[in-house]
Amino acid sequence: MENVTTSTAPQGQRRRIASPGSRPCALLLALVCVIAVAVLVPVGFVASVVAQVGWPTLAPLIFRPKVGELLVNSVLLVVIGVPLCVTIGVGGAWLVERTVLPGRRLWAVLLAAPLAVPAFVSSYGWVSAVPSLGGLGGGLLVATLAYFPLVYLPAAATIRRLDPSLEETARSLGYGSWGVFFTVVLPQLRLAIWGGGLVVALHLLSEYGAFALIRFDTFTTAIVVQYQSTFAGPAASALGVVLAMICLVLLVLEASTRGHARYAKIGSGSGRPGMRLPLGLSAPLAVAALGALVMLSLGVPLASLWRWLIAGGAAAWVQPELGTAVVQTMLLAGGGAAAAIAVAMPVAWLAVRQPGRIARTLEGATYVSSSLPAIIVALALVTVTLRTVPALYQTTWTVVFAYVIIFMPRALVSLRSGLAQAPIALEEAARALGRSPMVARIHVTLPLILPAIGAGAALVGLGAANELTATLLLAPNGTRTLATQFWSASSAVAYANAAPYAVLLILLAAPAVAILFTQSRKRERG
Amino acid sequence: MRTLPSTIVVTAAAASVVLALSGCAGSAGTTSSSPAPTDSLAGSNLTVYNAQHEELTQEWADEFSAESGVTLTLRNGSDAELGNQIIAEGSASPADVFLTENSPAMSLVDNAGLLADLDSDVLDQVPDAYKPSTGTWTGIAARSTVVVYNPALISEAELPASLEDLADPAWKGRWAASPSGADFQAIVSAMLELKGADATSEWLTAMKANSVDYKGNSTVMKAVNAGEIPMGVVYHYYWYIDQAGTKENSANTELRYLKNQDPGAFVSVSGGGVLASSKNQAAAQAFVKFITSKTGQDILQTGTSFEYPVGSEVTPNPALPALDTLDAPVVDPATLNSTKVTDLMTEAGIL
Repeated sequence: MENVTTSTAPQGQRRRIASPGSRPCALLLALVCVIAVAVLVPVGFVASVVAQVGWPTLAPLIFRPKVGELLVNSVLLVVIGVPLCVTIGVGGAWLVERTVLPGRRLWAVLLAAPLAVPAFVSSYGWVSAVPSLGGLGGGLLVATLAYFPLVYLPAAATIRRLDPSLEETARSLGYGSWGVFFTVVLPQLRLAIWGGGLVVALHLLSEYGAFALIRFDTFTTAIVVQYQSTFAGPAASALGVVLAMICLVLLVLEASTRGHARYAKIGSGSGRPGMRLPLGLSAPLAVAALGALVMLSLGVPLASLWRWLIAGGAAAWVQPELGTAVVQTMLLAGGGAAAAIAVAMPVAWLAVRQPGRIARTLEGATYVSSSLPAIIVALALVTVTLRTVPALYQTTWTVVFAYVIIFMPRALVSLRSGLAQAPIALEEAARALGRSPMVARIHVTLPLILPAIGAGAALVGLGAANELTATLLLAPNGTRTLATQFWSASSAVAYANAAPYAVLLILLAAPAVAILFTQSRKRERG
Repeated sequence: MRTLPSTIVVTAAAASVVLALSGCAGSAGTTSSSPAPTDSLAGSNLTVYNAQHEELTQEWADEFSAESGVTLTLRNGSDAELGNQIIAEGSASPADVFLTENSPAMSLVDNAGLLADLDSDVLDQVPDAYKPSTGTWTGIAARSTVVVYNPALISEAELPASLEDLADPAWKGRWAASPSGADFQAIVSAMLELKGADATSEWLTAMKANSVDYKGNSTVMKAVNAGEIPMGVVYHYYWYIDQAGTKENSANTELRYLKNQDPGAFVSVSGGGVLASSKNQAAAQAFVKFITSKTGQDILQTGTSFEYPVGSEVTPNPALPALDTLDAPVVDPATLNSTKVTDLMTEAGIL
């Protein structure tokens, strides 16, 4: 989702906003370099594992049948799961945005809503409804239902922005509805599909809780198992190296196939809203399909949750850890969101105001790190803090740092598009009136980018509140978050005790998802 | 800035030495009602690396805290994870006390030389059978290996006589375990001690082919109960906890104790130890002493954990068969090796 929104911003426009006279600021550049180096710590960790543990030790741990099994599972998950998410996400977006579907507004919300249900909560719902669920089929079912909104949201936002004249032209040339969709609409969604697909793929590779609950083994679940059996031992690191390689391959693949074609409308004037296709006889079919999708993605998890809430009764709500977990989750997620915004701001500033090769490289560094699964980031920070800065070991700082590494692109993407839309001319006018550069920025530019800051913070906070593996490994002693408490109860099969934590997680996530949803709709006019 | 806490520690240590010399220890039955040794600890903080069940340790911590005024912070994790973590942390470890579900992870830390000797009045509360020969840690509870089975899918007569039988191809896809958990790894470590590395390695290779993996003993039992698989190897108390509650995950199942000193009859000792690097030695020793005291062990007898008490002559919950009827193999917990076990399991492709 992140990649999509940035990439669709017309490139030329950014250059124009940056004033030609702006000096390259050495301080800003230095700051961004420091940030890039800091977030590259996990990448350095993976490299140093290979160097320090040594190939002779790693090779037998990498080339063994178990790794083959995990490779098959993880690759099949991505190869089947991503196209499924893309099909459902794009199909849903097209139905909601471009057809006269009955109850469009409601469907638009319902298709985004699964984002508020963490994948491991959804998995818990499924496994308590269908106890035998497991294996690749189970993994695909749970993951697809949890992650298709990551394609749906950017696809819907892009479809809303499409210039309808292309479609009208195609239609006038005699193309039917399907023809128009495949030859005109779909190619214009390429960025949303590749970007959303990449985000889904990275989520699939790094998901732990959802798959652990249904006994589906991937690299990430196997690394956690190794961690629990040997802490940061060589076998865990060896699996980590392989997983990091898969993620990097995906990243490169996405970057090199995204292409350079420009799909955004160029020139003045704003596009008209697209026309809506009558569905005719297929309307009931479309409604049935969307209804089934919503039933599976929201209905099943929420019904299971409801069942366990009833079973647990009031007693489940008197767990003394509930209050602590709410407070600590909000503090950690809030701290992570604030820190990610603070760290992403200089990077975004450099990228928008002083674009160029250096800015692109530094920005890219942050993407590479965040594409590594949280478990690897956590393993890296455990090892690095223990060896080099023991004072930071098991402190809130390390957890927040991990959240920054994992979720920084979410903040970066929002801030970048916000900054790109804040004309530098206004700031210059304020300076011409005698304001210092800093005062001008705070008084003029800051208010303009507040919505972008809000959306970025919502995205990071949402991720941080649902984060499980890094929080489990790095949190200070005595920390209880909703996610870790839910996890310890649900993995002990104490489903009734787990239910209140799941409900609170969903309630906390709902406002963030609402912000994202309205933000994605606004862009149509922006 | 560390002066205040260290003053307290020195005072506390001095006080406990004086009390020990004055012969205060020894009467296990009255420890809980003697407030004198704990008064001096009030205000100190203990960090407990806890691999035991969170609710059980929380009960112990709450009770001890109320009695002594010591504040306890738990870090919850799994046996091997926390054990290896303590080793990685070395002398900088924030942990004062380490509690495990099983003994191999405790031996791991012990073998790294990181445990302090336990006070003799702590050790005196636990009989030799439930503590290691080294005296650097003690058993705090015990748990028995059992076979949980679904009589609708497998008759009692068909059940294996020994854990080793499960290597037979006839058992393919018919039994479950949670190999990622410390519980199962402790059972394998007992097998390693009893049968040797080659036999264990062979058995693990067969297990890889035959068994179905679940994450957690409760999940194994739930699967057996749901009829997904005929039987599983777990510890006894998951079943008793569920039976005492809703029976949601055990109503359709029965237990079979293998006895006969089989590796599958292994009684695993949960461990408690004090870190040598702890700056709160007195409070840490007092906490382990409390756990193994009558009050601490009564929590096992009357509480919700259904583990076996091992100290202060407390008898188990009446629902449980007596420990001495289980005919468990005799193993010195100090000899169990967790690293070798995880290596063998990794080699076999189970981890």
